[in-house]
Amino acid sequence: MADKTQASAVDAGLSATHGSQTPAAGGRTPSAAGSEPARRKAKPNYRQAIEAGIFIAPALALFAFFVVWPMIKAVQFSLYRWKGFGPLVDFVGLDNYIRVLQNDVFIGSLTHNLIIIVASIAIQLPLGLLIALLLNRKMWGRAALRTIVFVPYVLAEVIVGVIWFQMLQPNYGAIAVVLDAVGIQGPPQGFLGTVELALPTLMVVLTWKFLGFAIILFLAGLQGVPEELHEAAQIDGASWWQTQVKITIPLIGPTLRTWAFLSMVGSLQLFDMVWILTKGGPANATTTMVTFLINEGTKRSNYGIASAASVVLFIIALVFALVYQRFVLRRDNPDIEPQRKKVTR
Amino acid sequence: MRNTKTMRFLAAAAAISMLATACSGGSDEENTNADGDTVITWWHNSNTGSGKDYYDQIAADFEAANEGVEVKVEALQHEDMTTKLEAAFQSGEMPDIYMERGGGELADHVEAGLTRDLTEDAAGTIAKLGGNVGGWTVDDRVYSLPFSIGVVGFWYNKALFEQAGIESAPTTMAELNDAVQKLKDAGIEPISVGAGDKWPAAHYWYYFALRQCSQDVLQSAVVSLDFQDECFVKAGESLEDLVATEPFNAGFLQTPAQSGPTSASGLLATDKVAMELAGHWEPGVMQGLTEDEQGLGEDTGWFPFPAVEGGAGDPAAQLGGGDAWAVAQDAPDVAVDFVEYLLSDEVQKGFAELDMGLPTNPTASQYVADPALADLLAVRDASPFIQLYFDTSFGTSVGGAMNDEIALVFAGQSSAQGIVDATQAAADLEK
Repeated sequence: MADKTQASAVDAGLSATHGSQTPAAGGRTPSAAGSEPARRKAKPNYRQAIEAGIFIAPALALFAFFVVWPMIKAVQFSLYRWKGFGPLVDFVGLDNYIRVLQNDVFIGSLTHNLIIIVASIAIQLPLGLLIALLLNRKMWGRAALRTIVFVPYVLAEVIVGVIWFQMLQPNYGAIAVVLDAVGIQGPPQGFLGTVELALPTLMVVLTWKFLGFAIILFLAGLQGVPEELHEAAQIDGASWWQTQVKITIPLIGPTLRTWAFLSMVGSLQLFDMVWILTKGGPANATTTMVTFLINEGTKRSNYGIASAASVVLFIIALVFALVYQRFVLRRDNPDIEPQRKKVTR
Repeated sequence: MRNTKTMRFLAAAAAISMLATACSGGSDEENTNADGDTVITWWHNSNTGSGKDYYDQIAADFEAANEGVEVKVEALQHEDMTTKLEAAFQSGEMPDIYMERGGGELADHVEAGLTRDLTEDAAGTIAKLGGNVGGWTVDDRVYSLPFSIGVVGFWYNKALFEQAGIESAPTTMAELNDAVQKLKDAGIEPISVGAGDKWPAAHYWYYFALRQCSQDVLQSAVVSLDFQDECFVKAGESLEDLVATEPFNAGFLQTPAQSGPTSASGLLATDKVAMELAGHWEPGVMQGLTEDEQGLGEDTGWFPFPAVEGGAGDPAAQLGGGDAWAVAQDAPDVAVDFVEYLLSDEVQKGFAELDMGLPTNPTASQYVADPALADLLAVRDASPFIQLYFDTSFGTSVGGAMNDEIALVFAGQSSAQGIVDATQAAADLEK
């Protein structure tokens, strides 16, 4: 009985949310498509097409120059053995790709990236959701708390890295001093200098840095959940927890999925924090694909191998994005089509 | 109205595309200015204090002595300079006078036709510099003139050594191990090493190779890129032995070389460790890392890398390197004159007096005031040969692979054989 009411409440909620706005949830409002059909009926207007072309051209030129062209060059470099200067002459075919894919350090880097993706979502999703739900309740000092939670995300990544690096120093770092004061012996080589602890420590810092972003997105999603649903559920006798689990969380699903997507892409391209905290060490325990290609490129001048690694990274990120779009984010989009039909009348 | 807007956009688009071409295209007229003077550009890394003023003065003096010449000086912070140089090599738009570290890097630049052969044009200066130009010689041709060459050794804190009851600086590995033990007993961390940056850790292996391998083996390995001689494995074993005594600072695997108070140099400068293996730059770095800008001050001591028992290498041979002025291939001839002027007796004298480096012009050695640096200079001048840092010598590709593997040995994740194998594998790709 209670289930049935809740289910209908959810349905009502769905249509309600799509009627209102769901910020950052990828839920497109149909209004944008509203005036299109009238225009489509008119005969093709070349003048307008040219005008549009002129408007788009500068952006397109910049995009081609700064995005497409470098990508083409990267693919070209990846087929040569090249030190970064002089002519491209030493064509090696797919040799660089074989080298990258057979390289233990690269495979290690890829593994670290995957661990970071999984760990980021596994830690930040529940934690972020919990804090967002708490901060969504009416309470004293809510605005201040929201600000505090978001501060780490606003700080520049490099600054956060430097601060944590100094805090994590063995013997002289703030954390070692505090641990020492309460009689706990930290790891002798420090958290970042111990092979087994470096990656978990990195995860802690990443969580500290990026949790605020998850929370702010989730809070935005929560604004779209109408108050009436909570009231209806309360009248039906649902507890606060039941309301959250059965109503709120499903309703902010699009936000959660979009956040997870951003988190994944960010984890795949992770560089700054790792470079400042560990440079990929100790003993390659925290390398990521980007630190690998920086090391090969700028440190060893193996630009061919670095380019091949960057192409591999690009393909992996692309596949991730496409698969995620196809199987996960698609759940949030299919209702666009029927709605558009409705609008065309 | 509408037309003018369209026109504006067309103009903007045209402007953007022209800008793009302007960025990629070079100009050949960069070597003359509006007055018709010959302009030479000079990039250096003495970008602060008296060093910068000194170089500005030198450029002005040269302009005064050579009519119709303008020296355009760009003083850059060291890392900025290397990054900009890297880009300059790639684009081919190079400064006329720039810094070369020699070895494989220089060989690559020579092969790419970027660097000018100075063998004949600066023959007089080259003769004066003598053996110092060795690291900047490719196929018996000299491509740059070194203005500062230093050697790597142990910088130590005299007060902490005294506190631990160490009477004289170690001269053999056994004595070094003994000193390490005494320091530990006194509750002092013995050695700091910036293994996070890898090259400071790699210097240990370089020195062990220098002590284990004969000069012949080393010098032929630099050319043949063949590391099959067993002395290279022995070098790794000596390193493993040293690492096993745990002489290094806590967290050394993540310690940076020179940045901040918790870096290897910072720990030495602030009395936290007793010694560090580093080059001639160390006093300057330590001064920058202490509030009173004194570094270790009067407690600064220096001793050369100890002898290794049973090694085939000459214990007096030193590992080192330095900086040289190179001239771009397409630079005007007056750039060569300027580089020769930079190596002249008077300019090198001022260079030595300001402690800007270790002069290569023999007439200037006497003006180095700092006592620790004077010790180092004496050892440098007495050494049978100075081995250029291997990573510089072999080039970044082989050197990088070698340094990464050496750092793994510090972490206990590779072996003496591992270093040789990784280096050989990278070297084979170069052949």
